[in-house]
Amino acid sequence: MITVSIKPLNKRRYILLLLLPAWFLLYHYLQPLTDLLVDRVFKLPRGAHLTESVRFFIYEVPKVLLLLSLIIFCVGIIRTYFSPERTRKALEGKSLFTGNILASLLGIVTPFCSCSAIPLFLGFVESGIPLGVTFSFLIAAPMINEVAVVLLFGLFGWKTALIYVVTGLFIAITAGWVIGRLHLEKWVEDWVYRIQSGNHPEDEVMRFPIRIKRGLEAVKEIVGKVWLYVMIGIAVGAGVHGFVPQDFMASFMGKSAWYSVPLSILIGIPLYSNAAGIIPVVSALIEKGAALGTSLAFMMSVIGLSLPEMIILRKVLKLPLIFTFIGVVGTGILLVGFLFNMIF
Amino acid sequence: MEIKVLGTGCTNCKNLEKATINAVAEMGLDANITKVEDIQQIMSYGIMRTPGLVVDGKVVVYGRVPSVSEIKEILLNAIQ
Repeated sequence: MITVSIKPLNKRRYILLLLLPAWFLLYHYLQPLTDLLVDRVFKLPRGAHLTESVRFFIYEVPKVLLLLSLIIFCVGIIRTYFSPERTRKALEGKSLFTGNILASLLGIVTPFCSCSAIPLFLGFVESGIPLGVTFSFLIAAPMINEVAVVLLFGLFGWKTALIYVVTGLFIAITAGWVIGRLHLEKWVEDWVYRIQSGNHPEDEVMRFPIRIKRGLEAVKEIVGKVWLYVMIGIAVGAGVHGFVPQDFMASFMGKSAWYSVPLSILIGIPLYSNAAGIIPVVSALIEKGAALGTSLAFMMSVIGLSLPEMIILRKVLKLPLIFTFIGVVGTGILLVGFLFNMIF
Repeated sequence: MEIKVLGTGCTNCKNLEKATINAVAEMGLDANITKVEDIQQIMSYGIMRTPGLVVDGKVVVYGRVPSVSEIKEILLNAIQ
């Protein structure tokens, strides 16, 4: 006996419509609610280290999780309009520099997970997209992701989030272009060029309710994966916020310590999966005198240069190309770090 | 019914395999489920996103992990 239950979508749609105003109300009144909880309910002494740490935590955790849910929902819907297959079609036959720009921009909106890096790489190479353009995509896609951007927006403000996106794009475009000019096709594993992929299955025909459903699935999947890191990150950040003395970080992550930029990049490479946890900590460190350029370089290295992705890419790239990739992207991040330490 | 789960061994691929096994068991289908991990074989199905679900040689889902109830609907459609 075959039974299939199809849930009524209408009921859910009403709940969704109610959720949106509830979101805005909660977000708007988060600060007074936090103060009420900390000062009146817990009756913690005002201004004490512990009080300020608790206040920071109680305010920032729901704020970041609220922002994450809404933005991931919207991005999840937007992403249903994009696919690697369409991106590939858009990139076919583009000249090198235009291709790099387009690939980096599409890298932001195309759904991508590092576990799909190999089929994506093979699919791009097979349809004749230049190596450098493919790399622009592979750099932008993980580096400029919605989780990082939302956390930067929530904890640093829109200016830093924008700086991150723009410099990230700049790095993806130029690094891809440089790799393209170096003509490193010889360092791609030989079997890659022998791959013959079958016909691509037809795209799904999607009506809007399905796109909304995909948005909700994205929220469930991504928030389900990162909420714990966000909480831990903010808890550490709250501790730093309340207990670490002002200007404590200035001596080793400040502007005057030039070596701090390359050092942060090196430390950032093996710290991969915790982007959601690291941004809140960095935001607290900046408050204590860490320089913006150094912090930006650190976060970009954590998010953009990830060890597991390198290991995955090793299947299709020979080691010299992996090191060139790390070197070129690392240099880009280094320049960004120095530049922002100089400006701000 | 011949069901194939395409995936190189990431978490999502394992989740899809589990969900498919559950869906088939709940429906009481007579189906043969195999896992395809070889990248060259996966590419021959023309997908650029893993995991993928193939029913009787046809790709029905790729790039995401549907819920068990959605997989049931998909399998039901494939039977008809």
